[in-house]
Amino acid sequence: MSKVEISNLSMRFGSTDVLRDINLSVREGEFVCILGPSGCGKSTLLNIVGGFIQPSAGTASIDGVPVTRPDPRRIFVFQERGVFPWLTVDENVAFGLFRLSEAEKRDRVTRYVQLVGLAGFENAYPRELSGGMKQRLEVARALAVNPDVLYLDEPFGALDSITRLQMRRELLRIWQAEKKTILFVTHDIEESVQLADRVVIMSARPGRIRRILDIDIAHPRDLSAPRYIQLRDIIFSEIGLAHQV
Amino acid sequence: MRRGELILLPLAAVLVLAGAWQLAVMATGTTIFPSPGDVARGLGELAGRGILWSYIGDSLVRVVSGYLAAVIIGIPFGMALGWFPILERIVNPIIQLLRPISPLAWMPLAVIWFGVSNTAPIFLIFLAAFFPIVVASMNAVHNIPPMYLQAGRNFGLSTPRLMAKVIVPATFPPILVSLRIAFGIAWLVLVAAEMIAVDSGLGYLIIDARNAGKRYDLVVGGMLLIGVVGLMIDALFRWGTRTLMRREVTE
Repeated sequence: MSKVEISNLSMRFGSTDVLRDINLSVREGEFVCILGPSGCGKSTLLNIVGGFIQPSAGTASIDGVPVTRPDPRRIFVFQERGVFPWLTVDENVAFGLFRLSEAEKRDRVTRYVQLVGLAGFENAYPRELSGGMKQRLEVARALAVNPDVLYLDEPFGALDSITRLQMRRELLRIWQAEKKTILFVTHDIEESVQLADRVVIMSARPGRIRRILDIDIAHPRDLSAPRYIQLRDIIFSEIGLAHQV
Repeated sequence: MRRGELILLPLAAVLVLAGAWQLAVMATGTTIFPSPGDVARGLGELAGRGILWSYIGDSLVRVVSGYLAAVIIGIPFGMALGWFPILERIVNPIIQLLRPISPLAWMPLAVIWFGVSNTAPIFLIFLAAFFPIVVASMNAVHNIPPMYLQAGRNFGLSTPRLMAKVIVPATFPPILVSLRIAFGIAWLVLVAAEMIAVDSGLGYLIIDARNAGKRYDLVVGGMLLIGVVGLMIDALFRWGTRTLMRREVTE
C-alpha cells in the first residue's frame, strides 16, 4: 500500500479553480518533488495533504486514512521564518516534545541538534543564527517528533544559492539517515532533479499534473552527468521553456 | 561621543536653557513669571511643609491604579478581540467610536458617577490607557505570523497550550511597546484628572497654585516635577523592555 494517496482531488477558492483532478501515490520513504510555476496550487496541495485545508472534492489519505486535520505524525516545514524567535535552539527543537518525559526530551533534542549540525548553538536564539542555520533548526524541530512524513514548502527559497546547495546535500543526508517520506514543493527545476526520486510536474492554474518523471540517478548525483542534464531538459521542455536565457 | 560627553552635553543644554530663562526674566522685569531660583525656592517650601513627596506619592498611586486596571482588563480584552473575529466585528466599532474622545471629556460624567473621591481621576487615567492597550493587543494577535499558529496546530497543541506557548510569547513584544506608550498617555492626563474631585497630587498642585494665590513659581515647579517623574518612569520602562527583550529583539 502506498504511504500517501491523493485521489481525484480538486480545489476551488470561490470561483477560482486552483487544483483539478490530482491523482498521486507516494511510496513509503520516497522523496517526491512537486514542481510548478508560481500560483499553480502546489502549496495548496501540500496544505491539503497536511490537513490544514479541506479539498473541494476528492481525498488525500495517509496509510489509507483520509486526512482531515493536522497531525504531529506529519510535520510541515516552512521557510526558516517558522522557528520561534523567543525560544533557544534547544527549546525550539523541544517544542513538539511536550508529551515526552524530561529524559526522553533531552535525548531527542541532543540527537537532532547534532544531526542538523547545530551542536554548540544549543542556547543561541534564532536571531543569532544565519538563514541556513534557522532552516536546519526548523528541520530539527520537525524531525524531533519522529514524523513519518515531512512536507517542505519551498524551504530553501529565501536562502542564498551557495547555502541552498549545502542545504540540499544536508537534507539528502538526513533523509537517508531517517528514512522519512518527503513531499517537497519547489519551483526550482534544478532543485527537483537534484533531490527527488520522482518529480511531479504541474501546469499553471488550474493546477493539474502534466507528467511524473522518475529521476533514476543514484545519490550523490553528478550535476554534469549526461543523464542529469537529459532529465533536467525533459522538465524544461515539459514546462515549455527552451532552456535558453 | 564618549561616555562622559553623553552625560555632560545634555546637562549643559539644560543649564543653557535655565540661564536663558533667568536672563529673560531679568530682561523683561516681570513680576509674575518666576525665575529658576523662584521655582527652586517654591519647591523647597513645599518640601519644608512636607507636601512635596506626599503629592508625588498621591499622583503616582492614582496613575498606577488607573493604568494597572487598564493593563489587566485591556490586554485580555484586546487579545480576545484579535482572536475571535465575530467579537471584533461586534465590539470594534464601539471602540473606534469611543477612542477619539479625549478622556477629559469624561470629566463631568466621572464626577456624577464617582463623586468627590479618588475614583474619578483614576477612571480618567484608566480611560486614557485602556484604548491604546486594547487596540495594540488586538493588532498584536492579528499580526502573529500564521506559520507560528500553523506549526502549533501541526505539533498537536491544545488551545490552552497554544495560548501559553505561541500566542502569548508572539504578542508579548508589541504589547510591551504599547504598555510604555499607554503609560505616557496616562501620565499626560494626570493634570486634568487631578483638576477634579481631589485636593492633592501634582495636577492639583498646578491648579491650586494658580487659583489660590497666583503662585506661578509653584505652577512651573509642578510642571517640572511632572516632567522629571515622567522621564524617570519612562526610563524604567525602557530599562524593563530592554531586559525582558534582550534575547529576541528583532533583527
